[in-house]
Amino acid sequence: MGLENVLAESLPEILTTQLDSLINWARKSSLWPATFGLACCAIEMMNATSGRNDLARFGSEVFRASPRQADVMIVSGRVSRKMAPVLRRIYDQMPEPKWVISMGACATSGGVFDNYAIVQAWTKLFQSMCTFPAAPRDRKC
Amino acid sequence: MEPQNPQTNQPENELTSSETGTPSPIAAALQREHPEWTSEVIEALGETTIVVPREHIVDACAFLKTAPGLEFNFLSDLCGFDRGPEEEPRFEVNYHLFSTTKFHRVRLKVVLNEDDAHVPSVTGVWRTANWHERETYDLFGVIFDNHPDLRRILLPDDWQGHALRKDFPLRGYEPYSLE
Amino acid sequence: MSTSVANIPPQFEIVDQPLDTQMTISMGPQHPSTHGVLRLELVLDGESVVKATPDIGYLHTGMEKLFEYRKYQQGIVITDRMDYLNPLGNNLAYVMAVEKLLQIEIPERAQIIRVLTCELQRIASHLVWLGTHALDIGAMTVFFYAFREREKILNMIESASGGRLTPSYFRIGGLMMDIPAGFERRVKQFLDDFPHAVEEFHKLITGNRIFQKRTQGVGYISAEDAIDWGLSGPCLRGSGVKVDVRRTNPYCGYDNYDFEIPVEQDCDVWARYMVRMREMIESHKIVTQALARLRPGPVKADAPKVVLPDREAMKTHMDALIHHFLIVAEGFDVPPGEVYHPIEASKGELGVYVKSTGGPKPARVHFRGPSFVNLSALPHIAQGEMIADVVAIIGSLDIVLGEIDR
Ligand code: SF4
Repeated sequence: MGLENVLAESLPEILTTQLDSLINWARKSSLWPATFGLACCAIEMMNATSGRNDLARFGSEVFRASPRQADVMIVSGRVSRKMAPVLRRIYDQMPEPKWVISMGACATSGGVFDNYAIVQAWTKLFQSMCTFPAAPRDRKC
Repeated sequence: MEPQNPQTNQPENELTSSETGTPSPIAAALQREHPEWTSEVIEALGETTIVVPREHIVDACAFLKTAPGLEFNFLSDLCGFDRGPEEEPRFEVNYHLFSTTKFHRVRLKVVLNEDDAHVPSVTGVWRTANWHERETYDLFGVIFDNHPDLRRILLPDDWQGHALRKDFPLRGYEPYSLE
Repeated sequence: MSTSVANIPPQFEIVDQPLDTQMTISMGPQHPSTHGVLRLELVLDGESVVKATPDIGYLHTGMEKLFEYRKYQQGIVITDRMDYLNPLGNNLAYVMAVEKLLQIEIPERAQIIRVLTCELQRIASHLVWLGTHALDIGAMTVFFYAFREREKILNMIESASGGRLTPSYFRIGGLMMDIPAGFERRVKQFLDDFPHAVEEFHKLITGNRIFQKRTQGVGYISAEDAIDWGLSGPCLRGSGVKVDVRRTNPYCGYDNYDFEIPVEQDCDVWARYMVRMREMIESHKIVTQALARLRPGPVKADAPKVVLPDREAMKTHMDALIHHFLIVAEGFDVPPGEVYHPIEASKGELGVYVKSTGGPKPARVHFRGPSFVNLSALPHIAQGEMIADVVAIIGSLDIVLGEIDR
């Protein structure tokens, strides 16, 4: 209503939107992942950037080694007890807004490694989460 | 191709299991030179195991490394084994030796009591033993005397217990939390 | 006594001297060039490395403990996750060790398929190494070419086993199942294309002056030191020692194949690079020969108490059904004994020590990971090198943390 409509009529070459949606659109189209390659899943994460799976389709091919430049952390592989504090620390270094993808069954629930060394469901350590519990069996990792 | 040692070159199916077969030339050589260094020789599944008393393990390794005709200059592997808390002696340490010139293999074994789980380090003979011994210390609690840097290697420094002992529970003592 | 040793990590000794020119930096565990989660404590004097201390264990998974709580056949799944670039090699080492304990003989066809798939996997593993090694040194393009080829191999392995990264294809007593229809055709096609791909790699980096400068003369380790430090595989052969378990202690019928063992005398990163590049060609040769030898036949040993019966047999034979039930529900008993079985994995000598005290579960399974031993030589190799070259050296050792930490 109002200003939007007037603008749309008189200046059709200008698109109007809400700032929030604009920012969200920009964010969505170029999510920069922070690598957190841990185990076998990391190889498949690397594979996701290569020719066949082409992560660049989603604007996410820019893997940042520094958490300060990344939006989403991909935790790919099993998180050991020695690694968990490091993981938390790197998560804390990421700027807001931030997301975490837990890739693979191991990262999500411990997978086959139900033992003393692996943190079962480290996802409990975080609030904002998005998990993909599946081992990379097929072309989708 | 280099000449092959006929002993190790047999196809696997011809290997026979005999607990009391004739001792291999390797064990025989060791016994001939230093009879007190071998307490038992086991031939099974085509592999030779020589049980060595703890105090002679470094000497025996040094001898096997340099003796002409044996030349075990390569330590393939070193690993521990826990027979269980009721057993006495409780621990075994296995040394798998290989020769890059003769291509034969042998296993040395040291058995240890639980209350005195000390064994001299062989890092002076092969430097590669360093990490193997640290790993065995970490997971079994076997102390390697005269090791240059005996710390935990796989588990965090403040870890309680030794994970691969049979009485260590599979899931550890308590669930993990960051706090 | 045990705790006092752990109290003072020696890498901190030098740090506390304030006016020293030396500086300690920590590299990793989350660092893109450490191939996973390796952490290095580097003591630097200017740009040269005084002391490098690897700190491992960030991926310790407790696998060796887990083996003791799983049946023998369940252990195969765990081996996949060790050296995840060469899972079939791990499968092979483990199942062969158990087969040695059980004294079962494997049919000819299964042997050949094992050799064939393992060599394909070796190529795939070397391709990952090539891509990441070049990436570390600064050549980005090779990565995409290498992964393109690797994808073809993984597709073949997937078609045979159902899993691309973690196949678990071998079973105690043979294979999970026979190769599918069309597999041979795909392998042939791959074999036809692959030499061109290798040529492409050579064009891309072998002749590249920057790459040569970054690798030649860097990371020197002499033959005696390499043996003393227990290096194996391409790292040892890059130092001029002609040792390959496929030749020295042949298994799986490798003594019947005609292939060479590439050896380079330069002892540096470049030599290790050349060895691996040449090894891919040798693996290509072995696959070609294995493919020509494939004849129809069974792929599972005739050991009904150990090997799962066919689905068809289960529907018609009572015994097959009973055996199936017993193997799955209770496992099979393995006679007491201990074996150490070495194979030549893509990274070096992969030895498996299996100890059985009877019963369906092993008493101890230990893996001698080649990466573990190769990495332990890093302090020796990196001493006196430039800090930028440490990355090249780590790449040339071709480590996989899954196998180091287990
Ligand atoms: S989910 Fe599978 S591929 Fe991923 S880390 Fe775990 S075992 Fe490896």
